Amino acid sequence: MAEVRDTTDLTWDADVLKNELPTLVDFWAPWCGPCRMVKPIVEELSEEYAGKVNFYKMNTDDNPQVPSKFGIRSIPSLLIFKNGELAGTIVGFRPKGDLKKRIDEVLA
Amino acid sequence: MNNYDIVIVGGGGAGLTAAIYAARARRKTVVFEHKVTGGQIATTDIVENFPGFPQGVNGFDLAQLFAQQAVKFGAEMRYEGVTSLTARPDGGFRLETSSGEVTARAVIVTAGAEYNKLGVPGEERLTGKGVSYCATCDAAFFANQDVIVVGGGDAALDEGLFVTRYVRSVTIVHRRDQLRASAVLRERAFANPKISFIWDTVVEAIEGADAVEAALLRNVKTGETRRFPTSAVFVFIGQTPSSHLLQGLVDLDAGGHALVDLEMKTSVQGLFVAGDVRTQAARQLVSAAGDGATAAISAERYLNSLEHAQPAK
Repeated sequence: MAEVRDTTDLTWDADVLKNELPTLVDFWAPWCGPCRMVKPIVEELSEEYAGKVNFYKMNTDDNPQVPSKFGIRSIPSLLIFKNGELAGTIVGFRPKGDLKKRIDEVLA
Repeated sequence: MNNYDIVIVGGGGAGLTAAIYAARARRKTVVFEHKVTGGQIATTDIVENFPGFPQGVNGFDLAQLFAQQAVKFGAEMRYEGVTSLTARPDGGFRLETSSGEVTARAVIVTAGAEYNKLGVPGEERLTGKGVSYCATCDAAFFANQDVIVVGGGDAALDEGLFVTRYVRSVTIVHRRDQLRASAVLRERAFANPKISFIWDTVVEAIEGADAVEAALLRNVKTGETRRFPTSAVFVFIGQTPSSHLLQGLVDLDAGGHALVDLEMKTSVQGLFVAGDVRTQAARQLVSAAGDGATAAISAERYLNSLEHAQPAK
């Protein structure tokens, strides 16, 4: 089962920017209710897109630098990176179908 | 597989309670929810007015308990949006969802309401960049900053009080000179040193290049406008019922809420409406739950009456 691993301010470059595959990062925090709804969906997506897209999650309470660099002021936020560049942003809870559409757009 | 006795549209307090009752009546029951289990309470930090929780309870956690209870008795939860609802000429209903089609012998619509947007320039562009409709989600990003909250009802004060945990100051901008919010919340807000008020004032625009930098405020009595620097604008200016599925099917009031009787029956046989989407709702979790129970009991009675009118085939 594909696991959604944690990325941090320290491992960000290696995990996300230098990743050969497109990479989706789920920015969340323990106190955010909708984030807890997004988590299982991201886990499902990580299985469906295994080998095509990498998935990470980042706790915004523990990692202030990356969220601030990307101007994240609302969570859940899902950011998709391709070749080290930001390729898509999804703010707020969205149904799984919407997320797949956005991922497919980036893959296309 | 896609044929149900009772289909419930909306998984908030009303819908999940209806599901508990419908499933316990041994009806094949499904709840469709297109967003978050619990609806509006899912983003409420502490629910303090639901009986049985004298210390208050986190809204998201409470919603999960509602859902668990419904599932335990056999209700199915499906995280899909319902895009259309039609009454079939031979009785029963057909619903289209984001994944296909289902049928129902009875339908309970508990679609709730959506928070209103300001509808001003800059709002959409800066959503997620300082414009927020969920204080519990976003307040922590504005630590030690100055923010505004727009509105004067329970939601505005509740969320405004929550935001004070993180920020340096909260300015509540309200279009009238008094608050609609309940007395307990008013007292707390007035007593909180971080909260100040700007009365008789509306937001006309939200400004900022990559993030919110200021709100343009206009006093509705004097007409005077000013640019008010702020890092965030939290918007809580009432709600609009999510009744689009019901348009053309049942009668709606002037505000778009479905007309129902005391048993949550609409003008269409077998179609019930409960919670914030119905007319004259108290818009509280406990009343939504009560409505949901009433609607499920009415739906059960309706199905029973059909079965007794047409003895076993």
